[in-house]
Amino acid sequence: MALLEIKDLHATVAGREILQGIDLTIEAGEVHAIMGPNGSGKSTLAQVLAGRDLYQVTGGQVLFEGHDLLSLSPEDRSRTGVFLGFQYPVEIPGVSNMYFLKAALNTVRKSRGLAELDAMDFLQLVREKMKFMEIDQSLLNRPVNTGFSGGEKKRNEIFQMAVLEPKLAILDETDSGLDIDALRIVANGVNALRGPQRSLIVITHYQRLLDYIVPDFVHVLARGKLVKSGGKELARELEASGYAGLGIEDTEPLEIRV
Amino acid sequence: MTAVTEQTGAWLDYFTAQPPAVRWIAELRASAFQRFAKLGFPTTRDEAWRSTNIARIARANFAPARPVAAPDWEKLAPYTSGIRLVFVNGRLVDQTFAPSEGLHAGLLVALQRPAGCADRLTPSEGLGAGLLTDDARPHLDQHAPSNAFTALNTAFLDQGGFIQVARGAVVKPAIHLIYLTVPGPQPVVTHPRTLVVVGAGAQCTLVESYLGTGAYFTNAVTEIVAGEGAVVDHYKIQRESPAAFHVATLQATLGRSANFASCSISLGAALARHDIGATLSEGADASLNGLYIVDGTQHVDHHTTIDHARPHATSRELYKGILDGDASAVFSGKVLVRKDAQKTDSRQTNQNLLLSDSARIDSKPELEIFADDVRCTHGATIGQLDAESLFYLQSRGIGKREARSLLTRAFAQDVVDRIKVPVVKESLEAILLEKLHEHSH
Repeated sequence: MALLEIKDLHATVAGREILQGIDLTIEAGEVHAIMGPNGSGKSTLAQVLAGRDLYQVTGGQVLFEGHDLLSLSPEDRSRTGVFLGFQYPVEIPGVSNMYFLKAALNTVRKSRGLAELDAMDFLQLVREKMKFMEIDQSLLNRPVNTGFSGGEKKRNEIFQMAVLEPKLAILDETDSGLDIDALRIVANGVNALRGPQRSLIVITHYQRLLDYIVPDFVHVLARGKLVKSGGKELARELEASGYAGLGIEDTEPLEIRV
Repeated sequence: MTAVTEQTGAWLDYFTAQPPAVRWIAELRASAFQRFAKLGFPTTRDEAWRSTNIARIARANFAPARPVAAPDWEKLAPYTSGIRLVFVNGRLVDQTFAPSEGLHAGLLVALQRPAGCADRLTPSEGLGAGLLTDDARPHLDQHAPSNAFTALNTAFLDQGGFIQVARGAVVKPAIHLIYLTVPGPQPVVTHPRTLVVVGAGAQCTLVESYLGTGAYFTNAVTEIVAGEGAVVDHYKIQRESPAAFHVATLQATLGRSANFASCSISLGAALARHDIGATLSEGADASLNGLYIVDGTQHVDHHTTIDHARPHATSRELYKGILDGDASAVFSGKVLVRKDAQKTDSRQTNQNLLLSDSARIDSKPELEIFADDVRCTHGATIGQLDAESLFYLQSRGIGKREARSLLTRAFAQDVVDRIKVPVVKESLEAILLEKLHEHSH
């Protein structure tokens, strides 16, 4: 049984159809890259999979480990092992990063039948992961993403992924706005989490990230459909010829950001 | 004026039935009652009461609260420790003092023959010299603005809290004043009165708590006088019963370079009105903060008045409100910068979080500036929980209910973070955790 099966998925926002029939199957341990020009529906796909209610699913089906994913609340999707690395991580003043992450980890642990961790155990568990993501302890004590630099926000996303240990991580333009050093840290973090029991969907506009996180499959999304699929060499092809080489142009931004 | 006569009728009966007071207080009472009779209760035609209708108070007949056996108030106010004066139904029932040099805490006793309570607290209880009611005379009723409610409070002056901090003394533990009302079968009224006189260069922290059960009316007046360079932190925690009415005036008069911080936490009562005022001398610093959380049909009103009377003074205001159900709130922030008050620096912020479609907030800044070299800003926001933040938390496995509660508490956090008394802050966080969980549906 595949880990994730997306069948003819259609979704709209404010009455406009953004996803126009997506089909994608992901097996455990696979890394799939989804590339595409601006406005092609990449972020919409990520948000729909994570359960953002801004988007209406108008057709199709998504199965996660054989179960209907779309009927679950966002929190239940997270608890079953779906993780979304946000393109724009949200700043939440007044909630400490530590409190947030501990609450998140404990709900996820609870749903997996594991005991909740107290503050000491939690710190012990995250210390190593923090070091690896080059996250300073002071970042834990600050409010969630508040006043973080772009790089800190993205590292914080991957750090959360490392703590929550999802089965499927969807990384939405995790590379955008990162300098090469920050990109390397983030990519190292992601690669360290690769394994036979963890699948990744890496959404990106540029090929650059895929030099660091080498995918098993590359898909091109345009106008709400996957128009081409291939191996990692497809990314290089795109880099050389551009989306125009595939007869694809940047569309008017169809996506609505709220 | 028929309406006024009707209103004052019952009050007059209770006023004349009061036990006689010492002479100067008797005079104070009498002139205050005349003032009240002349003014009558305000109506929504009065600008300052346009959005807060107190007809339910004006029409009701509140009997004076009678002494009762002290209930277990420690359970109701677990955050009080150190120095405290506990009043139940207007009577001092308990007092605890940690020795603190330069602190004189005692009773304002209006009666000629105080029964049961000494009007001074003796040095053997760890205090310095005792405190006489007469020591209050230069300040009592000299600072609070004159209106129907303050007049009524003075007219019924009986026992009150009187705190005096000697020049240069630093009182480390917080001084708690607890006003608890426990009515019998009939609705009652109490008129809590607090006078705090802080000497030049002295420092203290005050925590006023208002609590109760059943139906009653609390009509409180607090006057604070801070001498030159004095530092006074004032907290007020209003957790009256859901059927109670709470009307209170807090007035601070700040000497040169004095520093005054007020934090008003308003959670209880069917209707709560807080008039908070500060008059600033040269170089004084006033920081007025508040947090109000209301639901059901609760109504809460904060009226602040900052009077920049002299130059180089600073004022900061941050009031935050969380409203649910059919609750309503008012914030009115008046800043007066007088002609002489050059280089005034004043900032006012009022932020509101509406958790339901039917909650109502009325926010109104009022700046009157007569000086030309000043900086005064104000801003008000009204919003709902941020959908994107909610989704972010949910996407990490945190349930919707918990996420809403977390974001609501986060909204209140910057006011809570300004509370410098650890035990008060911790208890308040616990109270908010419980309270805001109810709201997160």
